[in-house]
Amino acid sequence: MKKKSKDSGYLGNTYKDGEYIVRQGEPGNCMYEIQGGKVVVFRSEGADEIQLAELPKGEFFGEMAIFEHGVRSASVRAVGEARVLTIDKKILLRRITQDPTLAFRILEKMSHRIRELDTEIAKLKSTV
Amino acid sequence: MNNSNTTEKYKLKDGSRVAVIGGGPSGTFFSYFLLNMAERIDLKLHVDIYDSRDFSSDGPPGCNMCGGIISESLVQTLATEGIDLPPTVVQRGIESYMLHMDAGSVQIKTPTQEKRIGAIYRGAGPRGIKETQWESFDGYLLGLAKDKGAHVIKGRLEKVIWKNGLPEIQMKGGTPLTYDLLGIAAGVNTSALKLFEDLKQGYTPPKTTKTFICEYYFGRETIEKTLGNSMHTFLLDLPRLEFAAIIPKGDYVTTCMLGKDIDKDLVQAFLTRPEVKRCMPKDWKWDEYVCQCMPRMNTKGSSQPFMDRTIFIGDCAVSRLYKDGIGAAYRTAKAAVSAVVFEGVSAESFKEFSWPAYKKLEKDNKIGKIIFFAVGLIQKIPLMRRAILKMITTEQNRDDHPKRMSVVLWDMFTGSAPYRTIFFRMFHPFFLASFIWNIVSSIRIFRRRKS
Repeated sequence: MKKKSKDSGYLGNTYKDGEYIVRQGEPGNCMYEIQGGKVVVFRSEGADEIQLAELPKGEFFGEMAIFEHGVRSASVRAVGEARVLTIDKKILLRRITQDPTLAFRILEKMSHRIRELDTEIAKLKSTV
Repeated sequence: MNNSNTTEKYKLKDGSRVAVIGGGPSGTFFSYFLLNMAERIDLKLHVDIYDSRDFSSDGPPGCNMCGGIISESLVQTLATEGIDLPPTVVQRGIESYMLHMDAGSVQIKTPTQEKRIGAIYRGAGPRGIKETQWESFDGYLLGLAKDKGAHVIKGRLEKVIWKNGLPEIQMKGGTPLTYDLLGIAAGVNTSALKLFEDLKQGYTPPKTTKTFICEYYFGRETIEKTLGNSMHTFLLDLPRLEFAAIIPKGDYVTTCMLGKDIDKDLVQAFLTRPEVKRCMPKDWKWDEYVCQCMPRMNTKGSSQPFMDRTIFIGDCAVSRLYKDGIGAAYRTAKAAVSAVVFEGVSAESFKEFSWPAYKKLEKDNKIGKIIFFAVGLIQKIPLMRRAILKMITTEQNRDDHPKRMSVVLWDMFTGSAPYRTIFFRMFHPFFLASFIWNIVSSIRIFRRRKS
């Protein structure tokens, strides 16, 4: 049987290597879930780019925009080809209001990231 | 003291046994989220899912008879839950809707220009399917529930009785088994619901109507040349037809008709309409479908979809009117799980903690009926149809123009927003003013053309 490509079934948007998904300082009204590939999260400090994390499939980013009104705190770019699904703030908050357990996974991920930050801070303090 | 004893009696404990009747989305969402939530609070449950279908089979043995659309809001909600729909399950990502009327056709693009609606098959695909690259959606969800620890058992429910205050079930050819909780996700197209109605404990099955679904084989290239990645919907003046859609999948195309007791005459009347023919390939013949079914669909939910140690989930309880049945399965499953894990499995717990979410769907359906009635009236008046077409065409051609009609129809066709939201958008003064302006403008154009 002839093998067919299943690209007709991809959901979300496909971003090329190096393409920006989110730009630091821009207003945000959605979060993103990585459906395929990888993305890199980085902050621009003057002319420098400081890499904060590399996120694989299944991770999400931009979640701060769901709960805060501020601008994007970091930029996100595709590493290789990445497929990313946009999750609308309004839809998500309406669903969380109806079913608060929907927020468990977001809280779990955020909690995990705080743990990682704690470890990073401890490492930095010990080297100072 | 008595109250707390009763409450404790109906709480699930380590080792409690749960039987889920039905391995479709309602049953698998319920099992998956039940095990997931139990794990969070260190509660060890034993979950058995019973289903007689083989989702790897083509045609009726593996099919749960459905149009096969995962709504925009459900795709996003499932992604938030950590359930991604892979391209091996999603046969086609839908990025726009084509609205066809006698006055013409217009494309309504997704607000984010992103593929966020999934076209899937519930089973392996239509009878005699020519390729097997895609997985069944129901099979995929069942796999997720299995990975969480559920046991999947092939079987058809034959008998239910109560023994020492616990439900006892017997599958065809099997021995009786006692459980602490039954999750009934059997769907409105099975005979299992009669068993629970006969128990005379308050459960009455939902009211239903007949629908029509058929499948055509076009091949992927032909689909891309004709239907593309758009779902095709129709606003036609055909009595009893509430909604009709043509959904492109991988190599096949699903045609779906919803309304009041669809019969063969109505099917033929719809499929031979020029509006349908113009979006199909030139050599297409309306009666050459490879698979067809006339499943029943929930139009009014059960008045009491729960009893002690038994909760009904999905369309055997309540569903969304004409749309997003899988989304309703998800929502009822989550509402049931919250009650089961945190409140207990008594009828009182279900009434207090699951029933409000179920009732919300039912209330929304009442508003949906008003909307479909209004759309039915519009379908009958050519001038109104022309005004809709004009309004959407203007909105879609100008980026800066407010997309009032496009958003209303998008949410109505996709099932992305509650009917209540759509209703308020329809009766917003700006929407009405714009619609009236388009009606007047259509009259002018019509008169000019006539003169």
